[in-house]
Amino acid sequence: MCSLCGVIGGNEHWADAPAREGVYTRNADPVRRRRERAERVRIANCVLKLYGMKLSDWQGVAFLLSTLTGKSEIVEDLGHLWPVAEKLSGRLCDPLAVDFLAWLEADHG
Amino acid sequence: MGESLPAFTPVTLLTGFLGSGKTTLLRRLLADPALADTAVIINEFGEVGIDHLLVERLDDQMVLLSSGCVCCTVRGELATAIRDLHSRRERGLMPPFRRLVIESTGLADPFPVLSTLKADPVLRHHFRAAGVVTTVDAVNGLIQFERHIESVRQAAIADVIVLTKTDIAEEAATARLVARLGAMNPSAPLLRAAEDPLDADALLKSGGSGWFKAIAEPHTEMAAHRGVRAFSIVVDEPLDWTAFGVWLTMLLNRHGARILRVKGILALEGEERPIAIHGVQHLVHAPTHLSCWPSDDRRSRLVFIVEGIEPDLIQRSFSIFKRLNISVAA
Repeated sequence: MCSLCGVIGGNEHWADAPAREGVYTRNADPVRRRRERAERVRIANCVLKLYGMKLSDWQGVAFLLSTLTGKSEIVEDLGHLWPVAEKLSGRLCDPLAVDFLAWLEADHG
Repeated sequence: MGESLPAFTPVTLLTGFLGSGKTTLLRRLLADPALADTAVIINEFGEVGIDHLLVERLDDQMVLLSSGCVCCTVRGELATAIRDLHSRRERGLMPPFRRLVIESTGLADPFPVLSTLKADPVLRHHFRAAGVVTTVDAVNGLIQFERHIESVRQAAIADVIVLTKTDIAEEAATARLVARLGAMNPSAPLLRAAEDPLDADALLKSGGSGWFKAIAEPHTEMAAHRGVRAFSIVVDEPLDWTAFGVWLTMLLNRHGARILRVKGILALEGEERPIAIHGVQHLVHAPTHLSCWPSDDRRSRLVFIVEGIEPDLIQRSFSIFKRLNISVAA
């Protein structure tokens, strides 16, 4: 179900594509899937900390996005993450914003 | 239904500005016996009277919920029409069709049609977008580009561009139009309907694995037209898939409406074969494994067609994000 609009079956994110012939996915075997989820949390947190937020795995089926002030929300996938991050932080999460890039470059350059 | 039918029926979107020759091209393509098992949906009444094809009529209703959620950007009646075709095919009430062509109205934005295929829970298990074919009128194309941003978007989003009416257009005007199209969408093959023998089967497969025509030079950037420009990013070292996913989803969430097209062939860490990825605005198709590299060049290449975004910013953002995994691991 799409968590934003409630439409059943509304979500199938490209980064979590179901295993089908010809499709590239890390969703097919459980070990690789778990490793990918852990990597995703680590890398997303590099970005989210600028906005005062943190992502963690939630039961291996979703993610929990939390703010420093304790607001939190379950997100299903990367497509869902950024709209919720903007909602919880009240800021635009813009990967092209010059000040954001300067910060990220200083932190990870 | 016969066992030889594909698991996913490929859907080709035929678009182009008003009067650019969509229906003429469709009539010509459908005369090819290779397309005898093709169903057609036309979203305005046309004159294509062919007895082995289905012609459905759609109105211009579009459903866009106020939440702005992309997966709700669907054309309700289009989804219903395709579901109905699928249902009748499954029940044996019509000849089994192996592909579907949707001819859109001349003013339509192609995105909602593609989004419908991806978002509808029934359709996405039976149909796949196979590509966008855009007709551009050689006589009026340049004027339409100046006056109607829709025509620019239709050309920018195309997998294949079919230039029409070149037999009645002035050579110089056609040359200017070809140059303009090359700048807006350098990765789309350009065919001339009047001169080229169009292979209907190949044309409708344009969105398949053979769609990627690489831009060889790193960060090649073409001149902008009405803010629409194409550029490419070439990366020597293998990419980290997770960092790429975090970056692209963040980029499309904020700027998806202005990223008309993204296409890429990626060399990923730990993967021998290349991965193809392509998207239209907010919509990204499931990434696919290509059987082999198309040439000896094994660098990752991404092609963007954007509207009103500075390519340097995307390049810089991409460069920083692709280092994230290295710095996190260090």
